[in-house]
This record gives sequence, C-alpha cells and structure tokens, in this order.
Amino acid sequence: MLERLAGWPTWNWRSPFEELERMRREMDRYFEELTERTLRAPIAGVFPLTNITEDNDNFYVRAELPGVKPDELEISVTGDSLTITGERKISPENENVRYHRREREAGQFSRVITLPGQIDADKVQASASNGILTVILPKAEAAKPKQIAVKAS
Amino acid sequence: MADAETKALKAREKTEVTRPAEQTRPGPIFTPAVDIFETDRELTLLADLPGVKAEDLKIDLHDNILTLSADVQSPESPNEVGVLREYRTGKYFREFNLSEIIDQNKIEAELKDGVLQLRLPKVEAATPRKIKVKTS
Repeated sequence: MLERLAGWPTWNWRSPFEELERMRREMDRYFEELTERTLRAPIAGVFPLTNITEDNDNFYVRAELPGVKPDELEISVTGDSLTITGERKISPENENVRYHRREREAGQFSRVITLPGQIDADKVQASASNGILTVILPKAEAAKPKQIAVKAS
Repeated sequence: MADAETKALKAREKTEVTRPAEQTRPGPIFTPAVDIFETDRELTLLADLPGVKAEDLKIDLHDNILTLSADVQSPESPNEVGVLREYRTGKYFREFNLSEIIDQNKIEAELKDGVLQLRLPKVEAATPRKIKVKTS
C-alpha cells in the first residue's frame, strides 16, 4: 500500500513535465523554422535578385528578368566579380486605355555580384531564355577542388 | 529629375499565395505581377512569368473567371550546390474575375522573354440596327 502511494506521485508528476518538454521542443521547432525562413535568403535589396550555385567546374548565376531582351543586358566580369547592367522597358500603351492593374515596373538596374572564388573571365558564358538570365562562370584553375589520391603503402 | 524612364528598379520578393485546394505536388506558389488594361474592343493582360515555358502555361477561361497557372522547372542541374539564394522557383497562379463578355474564340496568347501577353477581345456589342419604316 505504502509502496503504491510512493510510486503513484512519480508516475503522475512525470507526465506533466514530459508534456512541457514536448511543448518546448515543439516551440523550438517553430522558431527554428521561422528563423530559417527569414535568414535563409540574405537579400541584398538590389535588383535583380539572383541565385548563385556551383559545381566542381563552374559558378552559375541566375536572375529572373522577365521582359528584358538579351541584347539590352550588359554583363562584365573582373577578377571575382560580375556586373549585370540593363534596363527593363515596358512599351507605353495607347493614351485611351483604362488600367485595371498596374503592377509591373520598368526601370534601370545595375548590380555587382562578388563570387566566392576566382573565375576564368575569358570563358564566361551568358544566356537568356524565358526571362531567366543564366551566367556560367568557369572557376579559375586555382579555385577548383583537387582530388588527391590516397596512396596505400 | 527622376522621370519614369530612368527610374531604378527595386528588388522585390515574389509574393507567395496559398491556394484553397491542397496541392498534390509540394512547392511554393507565387502570384505573378500583372498589368491589365482595356480599350473599347479588348482587354489586355501582361504577366511576368519568368522561367515558364509555353507548354507549361495553362490559361483557362470559365464562367467569367480567367485562371493563369504555370509550372516552372528548376533550371539547375542536380549536381549544382547552392551558394546564395535570393529568390525561389515555384509555380505561378492567379485568377481574375472578368466582368466583360469575352469572345473565347479570339483569345490570343503570346509568351516572350518570360512575359505573357494575353488579348481578350470583347464580344462585339450588338450593333444597333436601323429599321426602315416602309411607307406604302
């Protein structure tokens, strides 16, 4: 009987703490998600927003530039930085049109992107399709990862 | 000094939407920026849809509701690793309620450099007919 009484509170007390612990973990997870969301993309605040990726040989810079003709873009490379300059034009409509929505914007832009490594400026390629600009920047030999074979003695 | 021609573009994040219906394929959905304007004869819609191929774009007009939806395939090859990501790639979705009666057979759509131009001609209004009164 006594043993039962002694055992009973521990069983009863553990569960609310467990519940709290579970809630704490859940809250942590929410906060983690929240901060991850806001911190994932450090926005430079300069148009155009770009995504940079890399593989063993190249860096890839992509930007969404709908309505910008490829020949209206100016791309230059020096050392480890890439400059994208251009203008987005929206042809003016007839005087007598009535607007329902006007959300698209026209204007000039210029952005410098510093890449995480040296690049081979002579072999940079740029292409635009469906409103997405892709710049392929081959890494300089020094910046490429080298495979080192481990010799077995 | 800063007139409309030389205005510098500001970076804007794409606006994400949640569709009422649950998605079968996960991923973010964005609302494209649009311009809509009309003249006496037609309604024109311009939408920014970067990354959308013509075959992935669906335009539907049903019960006066115009629906634009588009799938975007990631341009990245699988062995690329992200260094910096400022924008996300996802689907586009937007619906409009049209008050005008549109001539469905004459709708024209053109996708160029990631911009959709949709021309929606209005149904020709019943032209007033002149009725001659005969005098015998």
